[in-house]
This record gives sequence, structure tokens and C-alpha cells, in this order.
Amino acid sequence: MTPPAGAAIALRAARRQLLLDTAGIAVSAAGFGFVFGLAARNAGYSTIEAAAMSVIGFAGAAQFAAVGQVAAGAPWITIVILTAFLNARHLLYSASLAPRLRGVPFLERAAMAHVLTDEAFALAATHFHRLGRADPGGYWIGAILGVFIPWNLATIAGVLLGGAIPDPSRFGLDIVFPAAMAALAVGLATGRREVIAAASGAAIAVMVVLASTPLGIDPSVGVLAGGLLGPLLGMAVPDGTRHLTPESDVTGVAVDIETALDEVAHLGETAP
Amino acid sequence: MSTELVLLAVLMAAVTYPSRALPLLAPGIERLPPRALLYLRLVGPAVLASLAAVNTLIVKAPDGTRGLHVGIEAVGVVVCILLVAWRRNLLLGLVAGVALVAVARLAGLG
Repeated sequence: MTPPAGAAIALRAARRQLLLDTAGIAVSAAGFGFVFGLAARNAGYSTIEAAAMSVIGFAGAAQFAAVGQVAAGAPWITIVILTAFLNARHLLYSASLAPRLRGVPFLERAAMAHVLTDEAFALAATHFHRLGRADPGGYWIGAILGVFIPWNLATIAGVLLGGAIPDPSRFGLDIVFPAAMAALAVGLATGRREVIAAASGAAIAVMVVLASTPLGIDPSVGVLAGGLLGPLLGMAVPDGTRHLTPESDVTGVAVDIETALDEVAHLGETAP
Repeated sequence: MSTELVLLAVLMAAVTYPSRALPLLAPGIERLPPRALLYLRLVGPAVLASLAAVNTLIVKAPDGTRGLHVGIEAVGVVVCILLVAWRRNLLLGLVAGVALVAVARLAGLG
């Protein structure tokens, strides 16, 4: 059935705006993907391994976390557990989009899930809100053009060009990983509880590593302890004023994730 | 060319995909208790900050022991944090932090 002319015009206008938003996200994703490629190269990843992380894993923060853990020789089980917890927030994004995408074929939804990142969610949620309904084509535009393609191409570029730098630490590139981790944590710190969780998690991690060294325990246990215990301390404090921040796992582009996430609390009330 | 970490990428995807897909493919499954949802929200910043702290402040001595170290790397990371908090731009913070450490090392300070 052909959509009414007004609806078609509205769709075109919304997609034009989506493309503009997507371009901004793509630039940031490319920049950060390049940095990931450099960090991966420094940690000893081959080009195929770095590319596999970006294509198959496709989760910026978890990929950066894995770089540090791999470089430190952490057991894979620790990396996998950290990844699972780090990416559990995607549950919220998926839950927010689910009512609107109910009419999309199952296999297409299954494919959509793989490219559901912070940025893809932000672009889709904003686009759907602007349009007043779901637009699966718009979802793909944001997820693929805005994040997947630039992130993956830039990862490969970072690995290949990183090989041309003889001593990365001379240029300060050895701090790319911890600085990226800290910066991403700041991006996720949208309120008092997140700040407490981050600060206490960092303190716990350092203390556990120092205390466990004489026992020969792997330092990744400290990271795991900080990552899992910090949130409990964050939950113990009253929630402070929340504010809009560029919550993001690969870029720093400001997006209205908070508003979109509120939809999770109203599942079933939103028309698909 | 090594391909060992491709398997790790697959394992990481295997634990990531369910949280991305379950609500989309099985509506209703995402209705976790509010406390569980809050905990999940807080895990991200806690894990990332833990990784940053351990990789910045812990150094390994030649004898294998680990100790606390506050050097130019920590200053670079703090500068990055402050810039990101101020300008809300991750790349800007990263470039500034890396540049600071590079300049300090060229000047023989780190």
C-alpha cells in the first residue's frame, strides 16, 4: 500500500535530519575506531584479530577493555565476564526499541540486534521520536552508516598505520587505553550514583590488585572486584540530579538517551 | 598472522548478543526488577574506571611484583578526564592527554 503523500514527505524530512545526525556520529566513530586500532596494535593484536573484534564483538568499551586485559595476559574467562557485565546495558536499549519494532520480521530484528550500540540506539530513538513511529530503514541508516562501517574501517586503518610508529610510548600512545577507559567512564557518569560507582570501583580495583600481588593473583581479579562491587556502593547513595550527557561507548556525541530510556518504564504503553 | 583472538571475539559476541537481542526477539523478558536495572546501569562506569585506574596507577617491577605509581601517565589521564567532563568530547580529551604525555617525555619529565 502506498503511504499517504504527507507521511512520505515527513519520512523524507526525518531521514534527511537522520543523515545529518548520522554524519556527526560517523566522524566520531571513525576517530575512536582508529584509536582502538592503535591500542589493539600496541597490545599485540594482528589485523585480522582487531578486525574480528570490531566486526564480531562490535562493542567499543568492551573492545577497549579487552585490549587492556589481553595485554596484561588476563585469563579469557575474566575478559568474557567483564564483557557480559559491561554490555548488559544494551538490554535497556533493546527493551526500549522492542515495542516499536514489533512488526519487523524476526530475522531482521535478530540482525538489528547485532548492530545495536549506544549510538545506534540514540540515533534510532531520536529518529523514531521525530517521526512519531518506527522506521526500520532509518534504524539501519544510523546503525550501519553511522557506526558499523566507520568503526570497522577505522579499526583496520589504526592497526595498519600504527605499525608505522616505531616506539608508541614515546608519543604517549601507551596511555590511549587507560585514558579512553577513563573518558568513557566519564561519559557514562550521568548522576551521583554513577560517579560513586566509578570512583569506588577504581579504588577497590587498585586496592585489590595491590593486596593480591603477594598471593600471585592475576590483576584482572581486581578489575572484576571493582567493576562488580563499585555499583553496590553506588546503589547505597541517594540518586542525585540527573542530567543529559553524551552517554556513548565509542563517541562523545551528545544524545538524548535518558529520555529514550524512560520508555522502558512505560513498555506496553507505546504504540508499535 | 595470528588469529587466536578471533575466538575471543566470538566469545565476547556470544555474551553480548543476548542483552542486545532478547528484548527485541522475546518481548517481556526485559522486565527485570528496578534494583537489577539500576545495578546494570552502574556496572559500566565502575568497570571502565577500574580498568583505567589499574592500568594507570599499577606498575609491574622487573621482579614481578606490582606497586603503586603516580607518574606523568596519571596526569595525562586526569587531563583527559577533566577535558571530557568539560567539553563532552572524548577524542579531544584523548588527544590532549596523549599530547601532554608525549611532550613531557620529550622534555625528559616522564
